[in-house]
Amino acid sequence: MKTRTRNILIYMLLILWGIIVLFPFYWMILTSVKSYGSYNGEYVPKFFTLSPTFENYVTAFTAVPLAKYFFNTFIFTVVTTAIMMVVVVLSAFAFARLDFKGKDILFSLFLSLMMIPNELVIITNFVTITNLNLRNTFLGLILPSVTSVFYIYLLKENFEQIPENLYKAAKVDGTSDFRYLTKVMLPISRPTLITITILKVIECWNSYVWPRLITDDQNYFLVSNGIQEIRENGFGRENVPAMMAAVVVISVPLVVLFLVFRHKIMEGVARGGTKG
Amino acid sequence: MKKNLTAWLCLLPAILFLGVFMVYPLIDVFVYSFEEGYNFASQSFWSVGFYNYSYVLHDPFFIQALKNTFIIVIITVPLSTGIALLISLELSSIKALRDLFQTIYFLPYVTNTLAVGLVFMILFKKTAYSDGLISILIQLFGGPSVDFIDGPYWAKMFVMCFYTIWIVMPFKILILTSALASVNPMYYKAAQVDNTPKWRIFYKITLPMISPMVFYLVITGFIGAFKAYSDEVALFGTDLNAAGMNTIVGYVYDMLYGNSGGYPSYASAAALILFAIVFTITTINLMVSRKTVYYQ
Repeated sequence: MKTRTRNILIYMLLILWGIIVLFPFYWMILTSVKSYGSYNGEYVPKFFTLSPTFENYVTAFTAVPLAKYFFNTFIFTVVTTAIMMVVVVLSAFAFARLDFKGKDILFSLFLSLMMIPNELVIITNFVTITNLNLRNTFLGLILPSVTSVFYIYLLKENFEQIPENLYKAAKVDGTSDFRYLTKVMLPISRPTLITITILKVIECWNSYVWPRLITDDQNYFLVSNGIQEIRENGFGRENVPAMMAAVVVISVPLVVLFLVFRHKIMEGVARGGTKG
Repeated sequence: MKKNLTAWLCLLPAILFLGVFMVYPLIDVFVYSFEEGYNFASQSFWSVGFYNYSYVLHDPFFIQALKNTFIIVIITVPLSTGIALLISLELSSIKALRDLFQTIYFLPYVTNTLAVGLVFMILFKKTAYSDGLISILIQLFGGPSVDFIDGPYWAKMFVMCFYTIWIVMPFKILILTSALASVNPMYYKAAQVDNTPKWRIFYKITLPMISPMVFYLVITGFIGAFKAYSDEVALFGTDLNAAGMNTIVGYVYDMLYGNSGGYPSYASAAALILFAIVFTITTINLMVSRKTVYYQ
């Protein structure tokens, strides 16, 4: 009997936190399908609506360049992630399999860079990109975020677990380093590569600070800056349902990605992701 | 020799990018912080000294930002770690629906902070049309009508901390549940044989076994909370000084860019002050952990 009350209590607390987590999502979807008139007519907001409408989604795409923000974020995410993967794979390969002078020192230097907070270097990067006339360009957005020491470290550890004999055998067969990397190491390390890709995609999709510093032309806004712009100037400020429709549209891709790759993402974050 | 060449060629892109966007800026930020009267347009300065630091430390906006940041840190770090620990313990004690709960709890991690912040703003904000859902709920229980977004300082701080905790929770729950899952069940079996009471099992077995992870969360929690910024923007808009809710990182960016921007020297000085604070706190944390954390 005692365990039963205990269990009920536990489930109640868990459900309570579940509601706290889910309620904002429910509220944004609900508000996004309420019409402008009915939303503003409710002094006490209703918890459901009997006449859902999709007009807010139309407004979201027509009144503000939401599709443009989306497209920009997509390009930014794909290109940044792709370049970063190349950079990271090459460095991890060099650290894991190739021998060269000063390898240990260089690797410790790399590791020590992990402790440097972004806030310290962003000031000069802002000045650098401004002086290079790269503000409001994709290049300016992408360049500072295409390397990650942490991912190099993660991948290097993974590469090192592949038996060195394979590498020696490949060498005897006359396989080039590059061929060995693409034909043997990358396929074996696929799970780690996927994890890194997903974490980077999440990071890119949600990035706000750097894009804000580097773009003031709406044509180069990413979704985060777009939503901030919408909040401050879009839809005549008071059109909350349209705002919420935009929020839903922005949130959907990542939520879908999460639901599909749930275990991969959680495992990857547990291995060393932080937020912010 | 050929091997050396291949290796360096592989490392070239990483070294290049890290050099330009990490190592050089790291040196440069110190240089900036000591250049007095730096002019962004002409890229010239008068002299070298501590004026930038003194300016920042006497700026009322910085003092306000410092105060806000410390309040956020002191409230959110212990609270979020504590609640996360409670939830993780409950999660590990159930079997049914566990996977579902874990999935739901992780959702905030993958959402866009700016976007969901807007939802929180709607829920808490008082407008001409409505008092806002939360305020109406409070009135339902006989409380006063409060505008949490443009109202009194403590109300804004409450939303701020609430939203911060909501955002950082997924990561903490995830880390703690996996830490709890990795505790060797042998210990629990032994305790059961000895008929050890539940709270004693928690204090003597569970807590020591997961203490390295709890400690890891406290350290990353402190660092993350000291760097709070986008959550504030999401709730109160880009003009954080006007809302009185600026943070140290927000102050750095305001000095750099925007209406009040164009002062990379002040920004650098503020960023280095922040770094010094975070570094000190982390060192203290590490010293405390040596005494309290149980490493296997």
